[in-house]
Amino acid sequence: MGPVALLTVVVLAVFVGFEVVSKVTSKLHTPLMSGANAIHGIILVGAIIVAGQAGDPWVLGIALLAVVLATVNLVGGFVVTDRMLEMFSGHRQTRKPAQPGGAQPGAGPAGGSAAGESADRAGPGGAHPRKGTSGGVTGEAR
Amino acid sequence: MSLLSSEWTALLYLLAAVCFILALKGLSSPKTARRGNAIGAAGALVAVVTVFLSARLENIPLILAAIAVGSAIAVPVARRVQMTQMPQLVALFNGVGGGAAALVAVLELGHSGDPWVRLAVVFTMLVGAVSFAGSAVTVAKLQELISARPLLFPGMPWVMGAVILGAVVSGVLVVLTGAVGWSLALLGLGLAAGLLLVLPVGGADVPIVISLLNAFTGLAVAASGVVLGNVLLLVAGTLVGASGTILTKVMASAMGRGVAGIMFGAFKGGSTAGSTAVSDRPVRSSSPEDVAVQLGYAQRVVIVPGYGLAVAQGQHTVAELATALADRGVDVVFAIHPVAGRMPGHMNVLLAEADVPYESLRELAEVNPEFANTDIVLVVGANDVVNPAAKSSPGSPIYGMPILEVVQAQQVVFLKRSMRPGFAGIENELLHDPKTTLLFGDAKDSLARVLGAVKAL
Repeated sequence: MGPVALLTVVVLAVFVGFEVVSKVTSKLHTPLMSGANAIHGIILVGAIIVAGQAGDPWVLGIALLAVVLATVNLVGGFVVTDRMLEMFSGHRQTRKPAQPGGAQPGAGPAGGSAAGESADRAGPGGAHPRKGTSGGVTGEAR
Repeated sequence: MSLLSSEWTALLYLLAAVCFILALKGLSSPKTARRGNAIGAAGALVAVVTVFLSARLENIPLILAAIAVGSAIAVPVARRVQMTQMPQLVALFNGVGGGAAALVAVLELGHSGDPWVRLAVVFTMLVGAVSFAGSAVTVAKLQELISARPLLFPGMPWVMGAVILGAVVSGVLVVLTGAVGWSLALLGLGLAAGLLLVLPVGGADVPIVISLLNAFTGLAVAASGVVLGNVLLLVAGTLVGASGTILTKVMASAMGRGVAGIMFGAFKGGSTAGSTAVSDRPVRSSSPEDVAVQLGYAQRVVIVPGYGLAVAQGQHTVAELATALADRGVDVVFAIHPVAGRMPGHMNVLLAEADVPYESLRELAEVNPEFANTDIVLVVGANDVVNPAAKSSPGSPIYGMPILEVVQAQQVVFLKRSMRPGFAGIENELLHDPKTTLLFGDAKDSLARVLGAVKAL
């Protein structure tokens, strides 16, 4: 992409960014900050590219450190935001069937090749099981 | 492996970018917030799978192992952290993201021949390093590893000036020569700038700093998108940078102050410094039984929660107390100051955890006109957000911050641990007001005793 095309993308993204949060209620400042925080964890993609092209062991080592840090940002950010929001929508009805997302952390660190991706899914994975239970009913009502 | 053509790669990155926009959009309304977050996480997953399938990558097993390690660190921490420690955790995640961006930029320096790209490298390194070091200081302040008060030393503005000058010089040299040595100097100066930027910020302003550094990391990630020629990083980073900037401004105006005033206020003569002195002026203290009688026979009670409630983990007890009072026919609402606690919206998260119904939460503008016909205000572990100094004394560090005007109510009861001033370190006149009584002790203990006494009425 040429510089002008990149600039176009940036300018449009700035306006979208301003627009989507301009009318947010202060009640949601914390989850919004935390959610935006998770999104910039997508630097993981950059870290993966750099690590994947590393020849020198030093470069590889630093790149893998970047992968670890970026993963902490990305995965941790989405999980912690989901946990906050679970409390927002987790109102009475059937008194929380003990942490529906609770299985995921076990799946994440299990190691092996698929571990990364299954842990990546911990955010949305933790969200869905509750949709059918109390979260869907009272959560939407508010 | 290169299973995906560049067209498919671009389309999948576009999909991920749309997911991020929907995520932010969803997060700005309570109804859609959780789904929004899930959409964002799905977008991230799409992007990560796409990069594995599209780029020609070596070392894949090691990369997957690194991702597994990162997840193994992040998930348990994110699942187990207590609500009181949420601000630290968000700051920590933000810092490591900034650090990752800076490292990526350093490593890409060797591949970037174009001076414009090197400019983006310099920007990423500098802003990423500032975000990393700044977040580290923020975490240390919130975790009380270092003092939450503004830390200043003589000549600090000069040191800051020298660091910025040095960073500009080494940045220009990196752009011109692409020398790795200068880039390491730049990284070091970026870290120093991050420390110097956040150390002078007073504890009460830390939430704004977290949000600002969040925007910084977004910008660093956006610049890394230019470095790597990756549109997704560019879009996602810009989104976070822009939305983070707006969020920071919204929060700062909720405190009645400008962002620049918050960041650099301490330089202008210790404005957020306040005092540590414990006042020895007389106050009226009370017993849990008396407070229970006051509350139980009131018509209208407003509860003002603050950080003390979070520290004491008293959210469930205060929710029970509200229910017990409501059962007696008392009209009970919670008044939430936008910056109560250590993070904007902190109290909302905390009370949501305790299943306090959304309808009984009142925002500042809604509740302030109602204090005049309120019998009792119960202030639980809050201080600065009800301090009339914000309206009455122009010299005060919190002057101009909108406050909950609890002084308008008939009576005010403070649950406090001690007479120590609040996080901002300013004495509160309201404590010495004739209509105020104090109940000393840990917020949860006091609440439990008041609750017991209310039930016994």
